Formats: sequence, structure tokens, C-alpha cells
Amino acid sequence: MKYVRQLLIILFISFLGEVCKYLLPFPIPASIYGLLLLFTALMTGILKLSSIKETAGFLIEIMPLMFIPAGVGILESWGILQPVFVPIAVITVVSTIAVMGVSGTVTQFMMKKKREKEA
Amino acid sequence: MKDLFIESVFVGVLLSVGAYETGVFLKKKFHMALFNPLLVAIAAVVVVLLVFDIDYEIYEEGAKYLSYLLTPATVCLAAPLYEQVELLKKNVSAILAGILAGAITSMGCVLVMSLVFHLSHEEYVTLLPKSITTAIGMGVSEELGGIVTITVAVIIITGVFGNIIGEFVCKIFHITDSVAKGIALGSAAHAIGTAKALELGEVEGAMSGLSIAVSGVLTVILSILFAQFL
Repeated sequence: MKYVRQLLIILFISFLGEVCKYLLPFPIPASIYGLLLLFTALMTGILKLSSIKETAGFLIEIMPLMFIPAGVGILESWGILQPVFVPIAVITVVSTIAVMGVSGTVTQFMMKKKREKEA
Repeated sequence: MKDLFIESVFVGVLLSVGAYETGVFLKKKFHMALFNPLLVAIAAVVVVLLVFDIDYEIYEEGAKYLSYLLTPATVCLAAPLYEQVELLKKNVSAILAGILAGAITSMGCVLVMSLVFHLSHEEYVTLLPKSITTAIGMGVSEELGGIVTITVAVIIITGVFGNIIGEFVCKIFHITDSVAKGIALGSAAHAIGTAKALELGEVEGAMSGLSIAVSGVLTVILSILFAQFL
């Protein structure tokens, strides 16, 4: 019955995320509230990792599959996307590479700085 | 074939999962970035729908059960993050600085290139939240007066593109540290980038998952400022 209980806990926290979204005025989705709630529950010891571990692992492993319908959905938006496609494609390619490069480099640089300070 | 597609509840999910698995097989066999399983899966499903003239709504009728799992799966990203919490505590300032730099770079790039392409204010704010997770991005776009459907499409395209080129970009920029790789993928390509980060390792996955939340919230706040610029 381990999986039933794990699923119950995960669904309950997802629901609590929806409650937060309902009550709070920010444009933040239920999943992000849920992530923060689960993290807090684990940190404070309200929940043990073992009480969700296997089911969480399963859901995370199959996560890429969950983006397929949204990706296929671009087909639907093609009509409105087409006239602005060239600028959008260029902006997407350039900014995605830039964001990755900058955020990764800044993180790595600051970690290295800290290590040097400690050494 | 079309009738079967309309009648069946499972065909949409089966097609999606089968196409993904085919992508995994191709990737293993040919080791080419182009054979990204997610890209292969999306392309294969699109081709099947076009060839058999099946409407997206009919496919989505079954496939929506995959999307349905996205909220609980995102919630579960707290688990790998909890497992790496010592690493997070130790590097918290570097991690936050990296994510903040990423959010500013994203919106700065969109601003500069919107000026270059002479985009309207409406088109500009539509693109502003392109690097953050869909649900937050939709909210931002709506709030600022953007075209939400285009925002969603651009967010997905950004995610898939980030998923494909992530490893390559890290190599070019000499990003070798696992924490930094995770932050890079999550900041640039939200949950779809995180799917790639999880493939690379537990630390990468945990940090990328954290980036989705932090980068999303930072973008909500900063986009109000950025919206004034054009």
C-alpha cells in the first residue's frame, strides 16, 4: 500500500498548491506553491522523504512525456505565429543561449570565488 | 483510422509515449543532438496528425492525461532539491546571483532585440516571460497586455530548444560544475530544461528545479519594470 499513500500525499500537496493559488493574488501556479510546500514539509520534518520517494521518482522520470501535448499544440498556434516567426525564432535562439551562458557562468564564477576565499 | 482515433482514449498517450521511446532509441543509436527524444516525439506526433488529418483537439482528448500529471510532477521536484539541500545552503548566494543574472539577461535580450526588429509594445511583452514556466509566463503576459497564445508557444519552443542545446552550450561556455549546469538549464529553459538536467544528474536536476521557481518569481517582479522600457 506504499504507493497509494505516497500518491495521496503528493495529490494532497498539489491540492494545497491550488488552494494557495485560489487565495493569494499572485500570478504563480499551483505547482510552484506545491513545490515550496513540499520542500518546507521535508525541511521541517513534517514529512519524511521516504513517504513520497518512489512515487515522486516515477513522476519525475516520466516528466518529459508531459511536454509532448504542449509541443504538438504549437501546430494549433501556427496561424498566429507565422507572421512574426522570424523575429521570434531569432530572439528565442539568441536569448536562450545567452541566458544559459550567463546564469551558468555567474553561478560557477561565484562558487569558485567562495572556494578560493575559504582556501 | 480517423474514427479509431476519435473513439480511442489511449491512442493519444500511446502515440506520444511510443514516439518518445523511438526518440530515445534513435538518440542511443546515433548520438546526435538532433535526435532529442522530446523533439522527435513532438515531430512524430505532428506528422501522424497531419498525415491522417486528425485535429489537435482529438489528439489532446487522450493526451491531456499526460499534461495533467505536470502539476504533481513539478511539486515532486522538491524531493531532489531536499536531497541536495546542503549543496544549496553552501552555495545559496552563487545560485541566487546566477538565477537573477539569467532573468535579467533574458528580459534584456528580448528588449534589445525587440528594438532591433521594431516590435510593438504588445509583441515585446508577449515575449518577455519566454524563459519561465508556462503557467507563470501566461500570467505575466496577460498582466502586461501580451498575446497569451503566442507566449505559450514561445515558452514551449524555448524549452525544447534549451533541452536540445543545453549540453552543447555548457560545453562552449566551459560550464562544468553540476550546480552551475542545473542553474543554466532551469533559468533558460524552465521545466523542459529541467527534464534534460535530470538526465545529466541528481545535482543538475535539483538545481534546475529550484531555478524554475526562483526565476519565475523574479521575472514576475522584474517584468513590471521591463514593461516600461518599450
